[in-house]
Amino acid sequence: MSDQFQGIEPMVYQSQINVPYSWWAGDTATRFFVTLRDEKKITATKCGDCGKVLLPPRKICPRCFTENMEWVKVSDEGTLLTFAVAGRPFAAIPADKKVPVILGLIQLDGADTALLHYLDGVRPEEVSIGMRVRAVYSEVRKGTIRDISHFKPVK
Amino acid sequence: MDRAAIIGVGMTKIEKRKISQTFADMAWEAVNKALTDAGMTLDDIDNVVTTSSDFWDGRTISCMAVGDASGAAHKNISCVEGDGTYGAFYGMTRALSGSYRTTLVTGHTKGSESVSSLITNAAFDPIYERSLGMDMITACAMQARSYMHRTKTTAEQLALVSVKNHGNALKNPLAQLPMKITVEDVLKSEMVADPLHKLDCSPVSDGCAAVIIAHESVAEKFRQKPVWVRGVSFCADSFFFGDRDLSRARSLAQAARKAYAMAGVHDPKKEIDVAEVSDAFTYQELLWLEEMGLADDAAAGKRLERGEFNLDGPLPVNASGGLLSGHPVIAAGLYSMAAVVRQIRGDAGGFQVQKAKTGLVQGVNGLGGQSHCVWILDKDK
Repeated sequence: MSDQFQGIEPMVYQSQINVPYSWWAGDTATRFFVTLRDEKKITATKCGDCGKVLLPPRKICPRCFTENMEWVKVSDEGTLLTFAVAGRPFAAIPADKKVPVILGLIQLDGADTALLHYLDGVRPEEVSIGMRVRAVYSEVRKGTIRDISHFKPVK
Repeated sequence: MDRAAIIGVGMTKIEKRKISQTFADMAWEAVNKALTDAGMTLDDIDNVVTTSSDFWDGRTISCMAVGDASGAAHKNISCVEGDGTYGAFYGMTRALSGSYRTTLVTGHTKGSESVSSLITNAAFDPIYERSLGMDMITACAMQARSYMHRTKTTAEQLALVSVKNHGNALKNPLAQLPMKITVEDVLKSEMVADPLHKLDCSPVSDGCAAVIIAHESVAEKFRQKPVWVRGVSFCADSFFFGDRDLSRARSLAQAARKAYAMAGVHDPKKEIDVAEVSDAFTYQELLWLEEMGLADDAAAGKRLERGEFNLDGPLPVNASGGLLSGHPVIAAGLYSMAAVVRQIRGDAGGFQVQKAKTGLVQGVNGLGGQSHCVWILDKDK
């Protein structure tokens, strides 16, 4: 930088982009969330072409690019494929979650893909890949992914 | 097919916090350095491609804001949102299109000005996933564990990537974090997202890089000896995390295969002399090398331990210090590309490797390496 800027106090402007969004869930996610909220059941879509059961449910099979899908119920028990333990309260982590927060990818029985969610009711050092886990539903359900409170180990 | 070459590169120093420069000031510096490097003036540039991200910039239509500082006034300017290697890919296709002969490509990020965790959290699906609070670090921690589980790669081997790359950065005056550290230092650093320690993760950084890509008809008209693009490809995997095998990078294997085929590379382990790959997190260097066939499956950690990826090894990887030593997110791939260009030209300075005829550059876009862009660059046309 040229000398003319030497010794000038750098100024900092505080700001933020704050734009409210309304995400229309679409008919597929709406049905998934309504079933989760009202019946405490986890549902997925099965592709009529390749037979894969997709969770979270999709209207279109991304592999076959077809709308040939049917609804199936999957188990609320499954296998932990991998997990991370957030040791820091990263800004993205909801305020009601206290670190360490365990985030995992869970493949429920009957599904071919895995669901992102929390693990709780277990100490981080006791968690391992391949562990069997079961969904714990929230007392108050509002039709969001957090209607599942977390997954806990199957004893 | 017509050929393209990289004929100029320019980078700012990567820093934790560039308080004296706005993003446009950084672009101006990088563009001028690239023009000087190439022996060109703005009049020699036919069109401009900028690479930026609205969220990192904190403004919408960010590509339009950086145009003036990139010398794009009165020129055709277009933009890519994603890693700089993708901007370069677009820039190259423009130079090969017949409409333009030379493309100036820029990429910038000022990570210091916002909150990375919130930005990368917003990359997750807003309906099914985002409210859980995942971000790039927790996502990559999941991938790291999945990779370590499948390949039996150890925390010590991951740490050794950090030791090597921070050590290499001691020889790169543009790097943000040159450090002489030990495996123990890495393992004792804060466990930010188990299994990733603080020193397994790249830092938050500010920086801008520019490269100039030319059609073969003008590639030799300027000051630099051109570095030829022999092969390039990019491929993407599924968006949803749970749809992928996180312990692998299928899209990278595919992109590398296509780039090698285009370049006529049959045995990458023998034919690639030097590589700059995306090491935003330590495990990624090893996983990506395996997927590109530069190490056998589950064996990159062992090659690393034998010193084979060191500056003086048979395949120096991230000789510049890599992203672990400075990570301006969107510009990252252009820094990697510039480092390989300098290796091939023989002017990488302190981090010059002995043999650098053919080099590989890899850039990443998306969470946990959803998409990969692979370039094979060469001294010979």
